Amino acid sequence: MAAVLDVTPENAWTALARRLRQDRVGAVSLGIVAVYVVMILFAMAGLLARGWSVEVGVPYANPSFLGDRPNLEAALAKRMEHKGKVPDLRDIDPLAPKYEEWAKRTGELKSTERERSLTLPWGGDRWGRDVLDKAIKGSQVSIAVGVVAALCATLIGTLLGALSGFYGRWVSDVLEWLYNVFTSIPAILLVFTLAAVLRSGPLASLFASGIWTVVIILAFTGWTGMYRLVRAEYMKHRSREYVLAAQAIGASAASRMFVHILPNVSHVILVQLSLLVVAFIKVEVILSFLGLGVPIDMVSWGTMLAEAQNELIIGKWWQLAAATVFMAIFLTAFSMLTDSLRDALDPKLR
Amino acid sequence: MISVSNLRVSFVTRTRTVEAVRGVSFEVREDSTLAIVGESGSGKTVSAMSILRLLPENAVIHPDSRIAYKGENLLEASGARLRALRGRDISAVFQEPMTSLNPVLTVGEQVAEVLRLHGRMSVRQALERAAELLNEVGIPEPRARLRAYPHELSGGQQQRVMIAIAIANEPKLLIADEPTTALDVTVQRQVLELIAKLRQRHRMSVLFISHDLGLVGELADDVVVMRDGIVREAGPAERIFRAPQDAYTRALLACRPRLDARPRRLPVIDDFMRGTPLSDTPLLRPPAGKAVVETRHLRKEFRLRTGLFKTKQLVAVSDVSFDVAKGRTVGLVGESGSGKTTVAMLAMRLVDATGGQAKLEGTDLLGLTPAQMMAYRRRIQIVFQNPYASLNPRRSIGRTLVEPMRIHGLGGTEGERYERARKLLERVGLPAEAMQRYPHEFSGGQRQRIAIARALAVEPEVLICDEPVSALDVSVQATVLNLLLDLQESLGLAYLFISHDLAVVKYMSDEVLVMRSGEIVERGTPEAIFASPQHEYTRKLLAAVPRGFEGRARPAVQ
Repeated sequence: MAAVLDVTPENAWTALARRLRQDRVGAVSLGIVAVYVVMILFAMAGLLARGWSVEVGVPYANPSFLGDRPNLEAALAKRMEHKGKVPDLRDIDPLAPKYEEWAKRTGELKSTERERSLTLPWGGDRWGRDVLDKAIKGSQVSIAVGVVAALCATLIGTLLGALSGFYGRWVSDVLEWLYNVFTSIPAILLVFTLAAVLRSGPLASLFASGIWTVVIILAFTGWTGMYRLVRAEYMKHRSREYVLAAQAIGASAASRMFVHILPNVSHVILVQLSLLVVAFIKVEVILSFLGLGVPIDMVSWGTMLAEAQNELIIGKWWQLAAATVFMAIFLTAFSMLTDSLRDALDPKLR
Repeated sequence: MISVSNLRVSFVTRTRTVEAVRGVSFEVREDSTLAIVGESGSGKTVSAMSILRLLPENAVIHPDSRIAYKGENLLEASGARLRALRGRDISAVFQEPMTSLNPVLTVGEQVAEVLRLHGRMSVRQALERAAELLNEVGIPEPRARLRAYPHELSGGQQQRVMIAIAIANEPKLLIADEPTTALDVTVQRQVLELIAKLRQRHRMSVLFISHDLGLVGELADDVVVMRDGIVREAGPAERIFRAPQDAYTRALLACRPRLDARPRRLPVIDDFMRGTPLSDTPLLRPPAGKAVVETRHLRKEFRLRTGLFKTKQLVAVSDVSFDVAKGRTVGLVGESGSGKTTVAMLAMRLVDATGGQAKLEGTDLLGLTPAQMMAYRRRIQIVFQNPYASLNPRRSIGRTLVEPMRIHGLGGTEGERYERARKLLERVGLPAEAMQRYPHEFSGGQRQRIAIARALAVEPEVLICDEPVSALDVSVQATVLNLLLDLQESLGLAYLFISHDLAVVKYMSDEVLVMRSGEIVERGTPEAIFASPQHEYTRKLLAAVPRGFEGRARPAVQ
């Protein structure tokens, strides 16, 4: 029965995948996250929500399922459009001689008045843009910002924390000093400073537009918490006997740090990672609100939420609902996934 | 006074249900000591803690079970009723004094708390009484100690505080769950004597849980021997020790190494369960040969930072020299804090020495660069005390065993390495299926075998065993000791064997060093040291060895 093949341990990744599949909650959350990823890829490729910025409906178009709800704003806009004739100013307007030329040029151009629909599947915003398309396109920015920035912050925090906790002495002193510098500056001030440097400093041409500025800002300001936790874990583990045993068989410092200790502290890192993703998506909202976040010609859940505040006052709740539902589903699934990942990585919980 | 009948406890997990206690009955008599003895996993702690219902959340007690205390079935008692009983009528002392006291409350507050919970007392009165209690359990300067925090006390003193808390309200029953296992031998003796003395003075009953039959023999009136959730044998201590009926009881009695005999092979549980005849062949000492390891004047100082610029010097090892020859064992014995583990770390350079030499066949390891050291790492290996901590919990056994071979480039291809790992497992008595499993799936003894296999993976010449059996049940100790002897015989290994247990050191060693506060106070052959100990500390250690029923100070209860 015991063939030689039997005793070779299975690859750590296949084992992880197998255990994740067995966990129903983990499998479902993985599925949801995968759906989001596919959605983002489609949005990036232009297959989905391409026309998010086109004004396809009347202002604040009702959602289809609330078609007969009175829409005062749209009616008002319509009234403004067709209200009587334009008064004749020919006698007093100094530009009057140009009227004819303009009329000619207008005749040359072909303008098509888009048929604005009264209802949209999940309603429209102030300009009549489709909220559902906005939410889909917004996921692209928000998730990229949240997840990529959180991964970068985790990488920095873990690396520095591991070095500091494992080596102690002067390495720890230097890194603690760096940590203190970062945490002594109020976070929002640090974000402003970095934003200013990245947007108008010598690096401005590199990051002139796009969301990467936001990612870098968040990664460089968000690593401190992770650093602190990982450092503490490494200090605890470095003197454990299994690490000493690894040293006794001749394992190098790097191998002890990242092959032996890292898997044993991965649960802390994963939990912190999921918290960081949530926090960063929220910080992106604040940054966008302050004009330091994503550019004006892009949409994110953050910008949608910022718009929603004013809309809510006049009873247009669908933009808020769309952004919130998209965000809530993703964040819940992502947290559950990291939890399952943590369990799947722990051999004791098989 | 308390009678447990037909107790069945199971643990329900997500995937399965494990029956830990399967129909156990025993009775604790008024004013006497009942000992429950068994290996870890035998259900002894679960049985005892069912009385106070201090069980994990997922424990389910079978409805037919009954625990009668003064005519009341405690298993049906309400939460409020149980809280009233806990700490007043029935109290408990646990194994780890360091973790059973709250580190952020003073000793006085913790003793006073239990007094105020169960009686109407002012804070002042409670502290007054707490001082009396600390005095009773033998803590010097009790009044000053009231303001001390647990970490300022030694392990023995912490356990005394736990006992003070337990007896504060004059309980009828004290449950002591391995109260001395985490303590040094000499402290163990003092705590045992304290429990026996307090029991007589307060006329209470004690339910004493232990894995060590030898220890129990000294104070128990009745003994219950448990294994796998059932009672193997129960009866008065005298009958259990003089005429044990059950094979398992006989095995437990025989497997602890004795000071007066040195058989080639220690008897193990399986021998008795299967009825294998025991061999009387004595273990012979190999002739002293050329030394493989020579250490000279090893010294280690630690600097403790006490202020911004102030440091305090702590000498862990002051002047230690010894030789170990091929195929022979040098035993190093001493209590915790004596510096014996530091000696092991210095000898294989896991810690850098402050001074001295540690030579491996003429080369001083302490002078090598880390790169040069690599080649020597292979030749000198270590087995740690705690097999629960020394294996990486996130690595399968196969990967753990193959790693050292990979680091040192042994065994050619990966496939050959796994084949070698399989053979190593076989050699230490584990099946090849173990390769894919993780450390938590094995018992302490099995894990220690895996740790030994890992050390052997690089074919060392010297093996340092740092308390390799101290964390194991007495019954498992014998199997690991037998394995170490077999390996030494077939591979010609040189051992540095470190332990606090004199009986184990005497059995294993060809030369014994007694260590105290970083110094070697006595050295010689085991026979010489045990027959006529010269140093007063050695005599103290010898007196602390559990003597079992025969060595009992007071006459047996009729």
